[in-house]
Amino acid sequence: MAGSTPASPSADAATPPQLSLAAESWRRFRKHKLAVISMFILGALVLAVVAGPFVWRVPINEIDFTAKLQGPSWHHPLGTDDLGQDILARLIYGGRISLSVGLAAMAVALLVGVLIGAMAGMASGRVDAGLMWLTDLFLSLPQLPLLLLLIYLFRDTLKAAFGAEGGVFIMVVAVIGGLRWMPVARLVRAQFFSLREKEFVEAARALGAGRARLVARHILPNAMGPVIVAGTIDVASAIIAESTLSFLGLGFPPDVPTWGRVLFDAKDYLDIAPHWAIFPGAAIFLAVLSINFIGDGLRDALDPRRVI
Amino acid sequence: MSRQFLLRRLLIAIPSLLGISVVLFTVLALAPGDPFSELVTNPNVPAEVRMALRAELGLDDPIWSRYLHWLWAMLHGNWGFSFASRMNVSTLIMQRLPATLAVIGAAQLLAMLVAIPVGVLAATKPYSIFDQMANTMAFVGFSLPTFFTGLLLILVFSVQLDWLPFVYSTTLRATGWAWWWEQVKQSIMPVCVLGLFQGASLVRYVRSSVLDVIKLDYVTTARSKGIGEGKVIRLHVVRNALIPVVTLIALQLPVVFGGAIVTEQIFRIPGIGSLLIAAILANDTPVVMAVTFVFAALVIIFNTIADIIYGWLDPRIAFR
Repeated sequence: MAGSTPASPSADAATPPQLSLAAESWRRFRKHKLAVISMFILGALVLAVVAGPFVWRVPINEIDFTAKLQGPSWHHPLGTDDLGQDILARLIYGGRISLSVGLAAMAVALLVGVLIGAMAGMASGRVDAGLMWLTDLFLSLPQLPLLLLLIYLFRDTLKAAFGAEGGVFIMVVAVIGGLRWMPVARLVRAQFFSLREKEFVEAARALGAGRARLVARHILPNAMGPVIVAGTIDVASAIIAESTLSFLGLGFPPDVPTWGRVLFDAKDYLDIAPHWAIFPGAAIFLAVLSINFIGDGLRDALDPRRVI
Repeated sequence: MSRQFLLRRLLIAIPSLLGISVVLFTVLALAPGDPFSELVTNPNVPAEVRMALRAELGLDDPIWSRYLHWLWAMLHGNWGFSFASRMNVSTLIMQRLPATLAVIGAAQLLAMLVAIPVGVLAATKPYSIFDQMANTMAFVGFSLPTFFTGLLLILVFSVQLDWLPFVYSTTLRATGWAWWWEQVKQSIMPVCVLGLFQGASLVRYVRSSVLDVIKLDYVTTARSKGIGEGKVIRLHVVRNALIPVVTLIALQLPVVFGGAIVTEQIFRIPGIGSLLIAAILANDTPVVMAVTFVFAALVIIFNTIADIIYGWLDPRIAFR
C-alpha cells in the first residue's frame, strides 16, 4: 500500500495469520458439539420440509377409510390418521408452515425490538424512560392469554381480507412477533449505551458522520451479536407459541396440518393410535431443541465478552 | 426495609395496572364487530330504536369516556354477565381461580425443589459430567412443549399403565384421607408437566447465580477460616445466590400462566385457563376480557410481591 510504511520489512512476516471475524466465530461455534450436531438435525428437518413434497408425492388430503389409524408401515412410514390420510405427507406440509411462522415472527420481533431499542439507546432522557416503561409493561403482559384474546377478536376480519390460511398466518406472525420484541429492545438499548461512548464512534462523529450513519454503519453492526442469539431463541419460542395455538384449536384452520394442529387432532385417539401424536410432537421437540442448542452455540461464538 | 420503600413499590404497581387496562380496552375497542350487528339485520327493530339504544348505552361516546365508564364498572366489581354460563363473570372467575392458583403454586414449588439442588450442585463443580448432564437435561426440559409432555404422560401413566386418572374431577366422592389421596393422584401429572418445564429454565438461572457468588471474596474468607465446604455452600453461598432467583421466578410468571392454560386444557382442570378457552370457543366476550385482565393483574401482583421480598432479602435495594 502506498500510504503505510511498515516499521521493518520483516514486520508482517512475524505475525500469525489473522483469522477473519467470521472464521474466528466459526472456530468458537465448532467447540460446542451439541450445537454442531443440532445444526445438522435442523438442516435435515429443513431439507425434508423443503424438498420432501418432491420425493414423497402422497397428497396430504387423500382420504382412505380402509387404511385409517394404521401404525407405521411401508405404505405410510408414519402411519395414518382417522381419515386414512398419510401423516408423513401432512407433517412435511405442516412443517413448512410451522418453521416459516417461526422465522417470520422472529423477523418481526427483531425489527420492532431493534427499532425501539435503538431509539431508546440514542435518545436517552425522557424518550428513553417512556420507551422502557412501555417495554416493561409489555414484558409483564401474559403472552398466551393476550395472544388468544387478539386472535379471538381479529380472526374473522383478517380471514375475510386475506383468505383463511393467509389471514391466520399474518395474524399469528404479527401477534407472536409483536409480543416478543421486548428482550431484543433491552439488549439493543444496553449495547447502544456502551457503544455510543466508544472512541471509534466519537472518531466517526468527528469526521462528520450524521446520526443516521453513526447508527447504521458504526453502532448497530457492533450491537448485532447478542441480537442474533436472541433472534435464534425467538424462532424456537415462536414455533412453540404457534404449535400451542394450533393445539388449543385456535390457530390454523383444520385443513392446514401444522404440527400443533396434527397433535390437536390426535389427542382424542391416544389409546388406539399413539403414533399419530408422537410423530408431530417429536418434530416440534426436535426443531425447538436444535434451535435452542444452536442459539447456545452462537452465544459462545458471538459474545465477545466470553473468552474460550 | 423501610415503610417508604413498601409504599413506593405498591404505588408503582398502579400505573402498570392502569396501563394494562388501557391496552386491553384499546384492543377491544379496535376490534371489529358490533354488539348491535344482530339488531341491524332484524327487521322488527326500527333504525330509530337501534340508535336510541346505542345512545342510551353510551356506544357513541368518545373512546376515553367509554374507557372511564368501563374502568369504573370494573373497579366496582361489575365485570359483566356471561351469556354462556348464565352467571356473573366475577362469580364465575372466583369459582375457577382457586384451582388455577393451586396447580400453579404446586408447580412452582416442584420447580424450585428440583432446580435449586441441581443448579447449586452443577455450579459447585462447573464443567463436570454432572454439570453437563444437568445443562443438557435443562435444554431438553424447556424445549419439550407442555402440551406434548402432557400427552406423553397421559399415554404412559393413564393409557398404558392405568395408574393415574387423566381427567381432573372436582366432585370426588371420597372423604378424609381418601379424598386427599385422590386429589394427589389426579394432580400429579398436571403439576409435573408445569413444574418440570419451569424447573428446567430455572436450573440455568440458579447455576449462573451461584457461579457469580461462589467467586466472591467473602466465600474465600469463609473457606480459609476452616469452615467445611458443605457449610460454606449452604450457609454462605446459597443464601445470597438465591436472592436474584426470586426476581427471575416472578419474571417467568407470564410463561407459567401460558403453560397453565395448556395443562388445564389437556387435563380438563376447571381453572380460569380452561375457562378462557371455553369462553373463546363460545364467543363469550365479557369472560374473555375479564380472564385476560385477571391473568395480567396476577402477573403484576406477583411481580410486586417479588420486589418487596427482594427488598426484604437484600436491604441495599430498599435504600436506593
